[in-house]
Amino acid sequence: MAGDGALEWHKVANKAEILNDEPLGVEVEEQFIGLYLVDGEIYAMDNVCSHEFAILTDGFMEDECIECPIHQALFDVRTGKARSAPAEVDLKTYPVRVEGEDVFVGLPAK
Amino acid sequence: MGATAPVVVAGAGQAGSWAVKTLRDEGYGGPLVLVGEEQHPPYERPPLSKQVLLGDDPPESTILLDHDMLGELDVEFRARTRITALDRERRILGLEDGSTLAYDRLMITTGARVRRLELPGAAEAPIMYLRTIEDSLAIARKAAKGVRCVVIGGGLIGLEAAAAVSELGCRVAVVEAGERLMARVVGPRTSAYFADLHRTRGIELVLGDSPVRLEQAGGSTRVILASGAGLDADLIVVGIGVVPNAEFAADAGLKVDNGLWVDECGRTEDPRIFAAGDVTAHHNPVLGRRVRLETWQNAQNQAIAAARTLAGSEHALSDIPWGWSNQFKVNLQILGVAGHWDDAVLRGDPQGGSFSLFYFDQGAMCGVDAINAPRDIAVARRLMSRNIPVDRTRLGDRAVPLKDLLKG
Repeated sequence: MAGDGALEWHKVANKAEILNDEPLGVEVEEQFIGLYLVDGEIYAMDNVCSHEFAILTDGFMEDECIECPIHQALFDVRTGKARSAPAEVDLKTYPVRVEGEDVFVGLPAK
Repeated sequence: MGATAPVVVAGAGQAGSWAVKTLRDEGYGGPLVLVGEEQHPPYERPPLSKQVLLGDDPPESTILLDHDMLGELDVEFRARTRITALDRERRILGLEDGSTLAYDRLMITTGARVRRLELPGAAEAPIMYLRTIEDSLAIARKAAKGVRCVVIGGGLIGLEAAAAVSELGCRVAVVEAGERLMARVVGPRTSAYFADLHRTRGIELVLGDSPVRLEQAGGSTRVILASGAGLDADLIVVGIGVVPNAEFAADAGLKVDNGLWVDECGRTEDPRIFAAGDVTAHHNPVLGRRVRLETWQNAQNQAIAAARTLAGSEHALSDIPWGWSNQFKVNLQILGVAGHWDDAVLRGDPQGGSFSLFYFDQGAMCGVDAINAPRDIAVARRLMSRNIPVDRTRLGDRAVPLKDLLKG
């Protein structure tokens, strides 16, 4: 995760759009980001599988893991950790801030 | 000298690549040799009948472990090396060039090769197979606008090739000996859906017929069928299955019957020899029987299990067989092994282009065909592996979120 000083916050969603079973894929600054709800917390993680191009939020969410819709790699959405083959490279995660109904994601400032 | 003989991984495909990677992950620090018959470092084959054939991705994109990565893993890679013999007593492999290679332990991941079309006239005909990078590029070079292509075999490879060369401009006919497409892996309704898809895209399907000979006439080839019909071809693509590369293992006395026999941990009957991937027939605990799988998933996961077991941490494979296909941008995913089933539940709308068929045998879900519905596979895999009883009315009702069924 990037250091505090270098972040730019982008409003990406309303809280109600991110459900336990239905993560939300968004595009911010030409970057695909997935938003996930786990135990009441919202998490943001790169939304393209590190193995091959696939949008992870099209996959299946269970507990804290998203399963890639193509080759079934698992990622822990809280940490970005690749949990199973064929993915071997972890994904980036981003800080999330909720203000009222608005969800912001902090990306490294350009 | 006293130098330890290496662990030899014989076969440098998907399974061989996961075997060497896993051995290092598991802490095996000794000498490691990877032997491959082809000129390339390990690569994966699924894109060869899809993105690579279509020209969407370069062949290099299929490489799983390049020379740098092999170097980092401290793997000695021997390309263009064919194994012809195995001496289990002396623990050496015989190579095609007459040399030998000693092993301390051996992982056999030699995969499979295409079954060839043995017909009168085949030697003179423009026949191509689809297994290697070179095969894929050769077909792509010939497949151009107006080229008449006859595909022999209406299984996954034949249909993926048919769809791709059709998209490249060929006029395509598919000849399938069975009465329906992909009969070995999907149910009749799925076969019918794909038959419609291919026909709609202008592909001629000839079912229940097979070629008996190939005739040359005026610069093109005529494929003569058992029914007496004939199809003119500038290009013939044959996809009629594969044969496991297990002869040298059988000659060495290992049990081979439609694949080299291994247990669920990838062990052969020889405690120094393991095996994984297309070459094996393993006892699958989920299916309760021995199967030889030709899937990407099995090549990956069986190799991981076998390599972990070889390295000392016994690991059993307990996957439900799974595979996928892409034809004309339609994604098909198949879970389980079609065979015995007595009921099928449809979820979704075939007209709308996204649906799944869930198969049941004596009340238990035993397989799924999912068309443009990858999440259905994710849930079904969990329902099956956790033995959760399924209410079939709710399963067929798209208003009920599929995930709710996981609660039982």
